[in-house]
Amino acid sequence: MTERQLKYSEALNEAVDICLARDPKVYLLGLGVPDPIGVFGTTAGLREKHGANRVFDMPIAENGMTGVALGSALVGMRPVMTHMRLEFAMTAMDQICNQAAKWHYMFGGQSAVPLTMRMIIGRGWGQGPQHSQSLHAWFAHVPGLKVVMPTTPHDAKGMLIAAIEDNNPVVFIEHRWLYNIHGPVPEGYYTVPLSDGPRRMREGKDVTIVSSSYATLDALKAANQLAEAGIEAEVIDLRVIAPLNDTMILESVTRTGRLIVADQGAQTAGFSAEIIARVTEKAFDKLKAAPARVALPDGPTPTTRALSNFYYPTPGHITATARKMMGLDYARDPFADVDPANKNMDVPDKAFTGPF
Amino acid sequence: MRCPTHFSIGQEAVAAGVCANLKQSDYVISAHRSHAHYVNKGGDMRAMFAELYGKVAGCASGKGGSMHLIDLGVNFIGCVPIVGSTIPIGVGAAFGAKLQNNDAVTVIFFGDGATETGVFHESLNFAAMHKLRVLFVCENNLYSVNTPLEERQPEGRAIIDLAKGHGLPSVQCDGQEVETVYAASAEMIDRIRTQGGPGFMEFATYRWLEHCGPNEDLQLGYRPAGEYEYWTARDPLQLHQTLLTAEGILNEKSAQQYTAEVDARIDDAVSYAKAAPFPERKDLFQYLFADAS
Repeated sequence: MTERQLKYSEALNEAVDICLARDPKVYLLGLGVPDPIGVFGTTAGLREKHGANRVFDMPIAENGMTGVALGSALVGMRPVMTHMRLEFAMTAMDQICNQAAKWHYMFGGQSAVPLTMRMIIGRGWGQGPQHSQSLHAWFAHVPGLKVVMPTTPHDAKGMLIAAIEDNNPVVFIEHRWLYNIHGPVPEGYYTVPLSDGPRRMREGKDVTIVSSSYATLDALKAANQLAEAGIEAEVIDLRVIAPLNDTMILESVTRTGRLIVADQGAQTAGFSAEIIARVTEKAFDKLKAAPARVALPDGPTPTTRALSNFYYPTPGHITATARKMMGLDYARDPFADVDPANKNMDVPDKAFTGPF
Repeated sequence: MRCPTHFSIGQEAVAAGVCANLKQSDYVISAHRSHAHYVNKGGDMRAMFAELYGKVAGCASGKGGSMHLIDLGVNFIGCVPIVGSTIPIGVGAAFGAKLQNNDAVTVIFFGDGATETGVFHESLNFAAMHKLRVLFVCENNLYSVNTPLEERQPEGRAIIDLAKGHGLPSVQCDGQEVETVYAASAEMIDRIRTQGGPGFMEFATYRWLEHCGPNEDLQLGYRPAGEYEYWTARDPLQLHQTLLTAEGILNEKSAQQYTAEVDARIDDAVSYAKAAPFPERKDLFQYLFADAS
């Protein structure tokens, strides 16, 4: 019997649905949560099913409303907040970083803040400078926050349930381009513990590619390209970037001796730097080549595809980086043949929609 | 004591008068100048002083200090020094209470400066929309650190006008006579408790000491001539003692006796705090994360 397949967005919807049904303390709020579109389908139908006193829209007041959610958590509720763009949550950095992240610690462990904050990141179709940023590294920099960014529908459901059941503030980052990816998703309740750490998506002996969220799809495509050239790449999907469990990464690099980090965040002071720092600190003597980053250039995202086509690294960039590391010929500019008017780079790659 | 400590001296009547109307099950949240709110909600005195001294017996295990007092035993749910930040958190407590059919009243204490923040307005809007049982208490002491009100807010526009704009029943009230504070807040809290919906009170009061610390600061020259003298002549403790004496409730002897009792409580708490142990090195990362559910 084939396993049930769900889209990533459907898996998210099912996770929240299950949590609302299991625990009367769980409630859902966010801009557009109960509207007919339902945050790209991830909250569609939940108000009809669980009632208007469990599923709320909210004023455009992200900082205040994060404080409201936090306060409700202090008196026993378990709020799930949804931000249609990560940028909207940036107006709530005071409540997220000063308050929610520190509340348990600074009050001597007396109060907990079980608060899940879903944030959607994305790219393409002219999303531009303020609808596209992947600032996961910001949140990972603040002790007290858990930061989760699953790649597969299975992990999306299991980790969102785990996040909602967690007694800490959890930033749950979803890439919009993953929403139509499908894969096997068990029915009913299950969790993927946030403490499980990264997941090995593909085994290989030559080079370790560490990635998260949508960048993991690029890493897998690069691994396929590399396999054609006889290079066996291991792909590790981070899943939880804070607190970071680096055991699997260190074990992998110990075997391969080579590390590439593919990250959809900006390169400078980005999360890719953290992975490379950990590996060089803890496994320097195992490295056969200098580790490398494939991350976004240090500039805002342009809106026009004539420029964004040259902004986002492609699987070809990862492939070229690996080949260079292996001492093989490599494309010095993987963008060299790109047509500025190409519309296909501006939308999710239809050649890969799953399953995982 | 080595933590930023903001004294409530001069502003005692607001905390005392408002909190006298509250039940233990009601919630209170405050900001950086919170000692009077903590004590009047019934917060443990020994745990407070131990916190100020950074001891493990402190109400936040020494990890918070003066600006992070908490006593969940009496529903004093916290205080933080990011001005305005606790206003939505208090509204959230009221929202959480409503979602759980709990009719507790939440009181949020803050200063005039907090009414300049964005979250102040976000919070009033949300509390009004959801008809939450929350009382916003603004202690207007005329200064944000050392910056006077006229450099921060428009002339001729009262702070309560902001609350009225959000549709909240709002009153402006003297903050020095505890009987006045008590009566005005009793009416407001009773309405909130029985009918639901938020309310707003602005109390005129005055900080005697420097913004942060135990010293006077008249030498800085930011207070207009005569202002300090006007307000210290309206010392809430003295006003109340005069009233009680005039009504025959208190005499010189009983006043001395009462003062001695309070002093003994404070002395006990300070002695306890000084003798208490510090946290240990192993406690450094304790409480970074809460345990799994």
